Amino acid sequence: MLKNKKQIDEVIYKFIGKKGPLIPLLQEIQSLEGYLSKETMRYVADKSGIHLAKIYGVATFYSMFQLKPQGKHIVRICKGTACHVAGANIISDTLCNELGLKEGEESSEDGLFTVMEVACLGCCGLAPAMMIDKDVHGKLTPEKTRLVIHEIRQAEGASHES
Amino acid sequence: MNLEKLREIREVSLQDQQQVLSEGNIKITICMSTSGIAAGAREVKKTLLREIAERDIKQVVVAQTGEKGLQTFEPVIIVEEKDKPRVMYGNVTPEIMTTIIVEHILNGQPVKRFLWTGEDADKIEGQEHPFFEKQVKLVLSNCGEIDPESIDEYIGAGGYQALGKALSSMTPDEVIEEITNAGLRGRGGAGFSTGLKWSFTRKATGDTKYIICNADEGDPGAFMDRSVLEGDPHAVLEGMLIAGYAIGAREGIVYTRAEYPLAIHRLEIAIKQAQKFGLLGENIFESGFSFTIEIRQGAGAFVCGEETALIASIEGERGMPRIRPPFPAQSGLWGKPTNINNVETFANVRHIIIHGAEWYRNMGTPKSPGTKVFALAGKIKNSGLIEVPMGMPLRDVIFTVGGGMKTDKPFKAVQMGGPSGGCIPASLLDTIVDYDSINQTGAIMGSGGMVVMDSSTCMVDVAKFFLNFTQNESCGKCTFCRIGTNRMLEILTRITEGKGKMEDLDILMELSKKIKTTSLCGLGQTAPNPVLTTLKYFREEYIAHIQDKRCPAGVCKALITFKIDAEKCVGCTACARKCPVNCISGEVKKPHVINQDACIKCGSCYDTCKFNAITKS
Ligand SMILES: Cc1cc2nc3c(=O)[nH]c(=O)nc-3n(C[C@H](O)[C@H](O)[C@H](O)COP(=O)(O)O)c2cc1C
Repeated sequence: MLKNKKQIDEVIYKFIGKKGPLIPLLQEIQSLEGYLSKETMRYVADKSGIHLAKIYGVATFYSMFQLKPQGKHIVRICKGTACHVAGANIISDTLCNELGLKEGEESSEDGLFTVMEVACLGCCGLAPAMMIDKDVHGKLTPEKTRLVIHEIRQAEGASHES
Repeated sequence: MNLEKLREIREVSLQDQQQVLSEGNIKITICMSTSGIAAGAREVKKTLLREIAERDIKQVVVAQTGEKGLQTFEPVIIVEEKDKPRVMYGNVTPEIMTTIIVEHILNGQPVKRFLWTGEDADKIEGQEHPFFEKQVKLVLSNCGEIDPESIDEYIGAGGYQALGKALSSMTPDEVIEEITNAGLRGRGGAGFSTGLKWSFTRKATGDTKYIICNADEGDPGAFMDRSVLEGDPHAVLEGMLIAGYAIGAREGIVYTRAEYPLAIHRLEIAIKQAQKFGLLGENIFESGFSFTIEIRQGAGAFVCGEETALIASIEGERGMPRIRPPFPAQSGLWGKPTNINNVETFANVRHIIIHGAEWYRNMGTPKSPGTKVFALAGKIKNSGLIEVPMGMPLRDVIFTVGGGMKTDKPFKAVQMGGPSGGCIPASLLDTIVDYDSINQTGAIMGSGGMVVMDSSTCMVDVAKFFLNFTQNESCGKCTFCRIGTNRMLEILTRITEGKGKMEDLDILMELSKKIKTTSLCGLGQTAPNPVLTTLKYFREEYIAHIQDKRCPAGVCKALITFKIDAEKCVGCTACARKCPVNCISGEVKKPHVINQDACIKCGSCYDTCKFNAITKS
């Protein structure tokens, strides 16, 4: 059973009859649910009359749509050119090591963090940079990266040793 | 709204600003752009407001603006007083803010050690620094000057005058003629004549036409459009309105990246204000012309910057480009004639309408008139946002405006045009910035990203970086773009791992040619450029990776190893404590060892060791 069924219905009704509704509609539903589960996409298809294949097609085309549950904090590592030449790979290696993520894994076991790469945050003067939720952290070093994660963990009360 | 009312609002706004700077008053401006906020501008503002309240300082007025351009030095604050030079501070922290209040505001002594130009600056007015002096600010004229959330300030600075002039004294054809004569070329990358594009859409048959502003800005290393939207959103709206009048459209859409929340927020405010002032809506300037603007957010696909993919995305489809013709000018959004321009293109329009084509052509080169905004980044001292006249040599852009290299490592290349562009070597630094000259190097002008690289950058790795990007972002429609870029990436990966062969270079050339000729849109047509330019100018670096299994810049992980020299190591444990992945072990006062399997080659240990016990090979 969908937990935000009522709000999802409202979003669907809001967009029905509008031109080209699918992307903003899915964006709003994702912000309610955190991600687009199979169940949610099926439900939207049934309610809106938009084919499931089309919904799935759009959801998999655009990188903003998430098909898996997300961690409490979203870490976006900037992989822009300026960050790349300033050592963004070392920052992401440090981060994965710190969070215990293996090749291909995105979310930490404790459910606190999901790590993703973004093409460019546009803060090239602060390279290398990452964004955690809405805050940009710039001029990162491996040490500073670990510190930022430690601080969030501490704030979450999860004293988790790596 | 009519011209008379606009004049009144302008006068009141100018009076207000004079008031702020009247005798005895001090204006403190904080640059609140995304990068300013990322660097801590909000905390600085909080401190400032708290200090003012606690110390009960009456004569200070606090203001906010967008990006001043000095990204490396954010947070930036500016202190202004009547008849005194403007003082510009950089890298301001809450503590520094307090010091500035005590020493400068209360005691009247500018704090030299916190000037953005550095303590030794002979003048306190940062504005006279070559960073500003060599720039010509047209598109950026309001950025970092006015409050982007205030329509009054925009009008005070001459805003909406161009719209008023166009609607009340020019026909749509005259507007198009002026833009055509000015020689304005699209700033989104391709450099197509804006006037010509407008005339195509004007001539297309149909009652319903659309104006789209392309604010998708997906090139890594580019933040020009974001800064304009954050710093001067009304200028973009005014350009769109004039375009709407010229081609006969009633509706405009700004298609922007969802990753730009602050730009979207300021744009929303600007649209609401313009509606309230009757500058959007029905019968604008009593001319019978009506226009609305809405914002559509992208969902994270680089290819949606391409105009036909962008249209598909607004229509709620997967953003895949389609064959042109028909061009959007004939059949665009919902099959209607549609004119798409870039943010910076629109921001140029008002200046041309006010000052005329001839004035505009006085700037820049005959084939590329005007100015260009660049996002300077990488290993350069003054990273940030700049605007220079077309025709300026790259050397001046990088070494005068940009302040030269950040460290003492020498200049190696400048990357222009993002994933569609290429790397320009030191030998071509006298190339001037205009569309045709940059094209001759094999790079492209692109939208304005300029990433400077020094000897610590590996050019094969850079080529691999861009191929990885285009390969990821290819929509998959054209086979060569989808699979060819993947094959190229595999080859480049092999080379950076020391497993490449000399024949690989020929295969890269062949694949490049095929991808360029068989792709439908600009993404594939330009994807090989980063490889082609680095092969052309830095071939010896490819050869070093292939034949000597060596990365001259010391970047490619598989080709470098850090080792601890047991004879020199004193067991101080400094490196082990610094290692971000805890892969150095050993007892105190005994030689340490690096676990090579876990090492990420970050070099932290190498930089930390005081005994030169760590070798890099
Ligand atoms: C893959 C690809 C990405 C593009 N991205 C952008 C972009 O982010 N912003 C932009 O203004 N133009 C972009 N363009 C160019 C647009 O297709 C189009 O030419 C431009 O918006 C036209 O505006 P202009 O004439 O004012 O430059 C892109 C083109 C391609 C092929």
